[in-house]
Amino acid sequence: MTTENLELFEVFIRSKRGLDHKHVGSLHAEDPAQALEYARDCYTRRSEGVSIWVVRSADIVASQEDDAESFYDPSDDKPYRHATYYQLPDPVNNM
Amino acid sequence: MTPEEQNFMRKIETEEKIEPKDWMPEAYRKNLIRQISQHAHSEVIGTQPEGNWITRAPSLRRKAVLLAKVQDEAGHGLYLYSATETLGISRDEMIAALQDGSAKYASIFNYPAQTWGDVGAIGWLVDGAAIVNQVSLQRTSYGPYARAMIRICKEESFHQRQGYELMLELCRGTPEQKAMAQDSLNRFYWPALMMFGPHDSESAHSARSMQWKIKRESNDDLRQKFIDQTVKQIEFLGLEHPDKAICWNEARGHYDSGEIDWDEFYAVINGNGHCNRQRLQHHIKVHEEGSWVREALAAYNEKQKARKQQAEANKSNQNVA
Repeated sequence: MTTENLELFEVFIRSKRGLDHKHVGSLHAEDPAQALEYARDCYTRRSEGVSIWVVRSADIVASQEDDAESFYDPSDDKPYRHATYYQLPDPVNNM
Repeated sequence: MTPEEQNFMRKIETEEKIEPKDWMPEAYRKNLIRQISQHAHSEVIGTQPEGNWITRAPSLRRKAVLLAKVQDEAGHGLYLYSATETLGISRDEMIAALQDGSAKYASIFNYPAQTWGDVGAIGWLVDGAAIVNQVSLQRTSYGPYARAMIRICKEESFHQRQGYELMLELCRGTPEQKAMAQDSLNRFYWPALMMFGPHDSESAHSARSMQWKIKRESNDDLRQKFIDQTVKQIEFLGLEHPDKAICWNEARGHYDSGEIDWDEFYAVINGNGHCNRQRLQHHIKVHEEGSWVREALAAYNEKQKARKQQAEANKSNQNVA
């Protein structure tokens, strides 16, 4: 048997209630239900999480890092979006 | 209590967050939908008074800053609508509730931004008051709301600072400019205090919200924080404090202050502020005028889907051949 025909899934784990699910890795599985069980076995052997998401890798639409320069260019010249851009005198700087 | 309720209360009491797929009491869900959607509506309606000044900002720098701020507010609306949607209500239902008046938004946005000084006062005082409230809400018990608050607080601190910087510039300018700053402070100070809501004893939703840790600090406690931090900011600008009763109370470790005009507060909430009708009419008008964009998106999606189906059909035909 080969894993070539199995689908690839990305695994996201929430380590604690209140926190975001974080990407931890990927795995091959027959279907989402199996992916979830594999993810439990592979990625939470030491109680790393309270919740797991599995998503078909093919369903993820991702930006291309090679295009990063032009993709993020619109925010590069907007330093005024940062709080530190506004210089306030010391007595009132704590805001 | 049912075992589900017990489990829910145990999470609340041990400071665990409630997440979308957890069991929760229907009233908790409803209360959250009311509060978060109201918060979302406030962000979106709040773009109106300031958006009014984008074309009239006195310099390119100020225009860029104001544009960035208004853009942030719209983004914050999006975060909050998305957080509300995790509770099982649709965007359309929320927009409909805003437009038919059954959902509220922060009353402060029913006050007009009449002068350039108002843009400064809004950033400094209105966003300042919002930040005090939102910092507290970073610890709210519903996970998606708490995470949205953390993101929003991080982005929002520039809003207050640009507002104060603007006021500082006016106060260091001509006497007319300083008078404009004083006038804006006078008009926005009291409505900013009203943003924290009625006194704790009068607040309809407070007790249960506190018990469920949706709210973490009471209206009056949050308001006091804002009053305290604002005194020295007013002093530094060299402006006169709009509250003549403001006075340091050594024993309490807080400023004592004058009473808010609650008649005004309820009048504005009940639809009789300066801009209530205008704000909603504008929202409805823009929403309707934008319907062609939504229709075009839907048509495009249909077209793409049809094209894809056609391509797949061609492919399987080829395979058969």
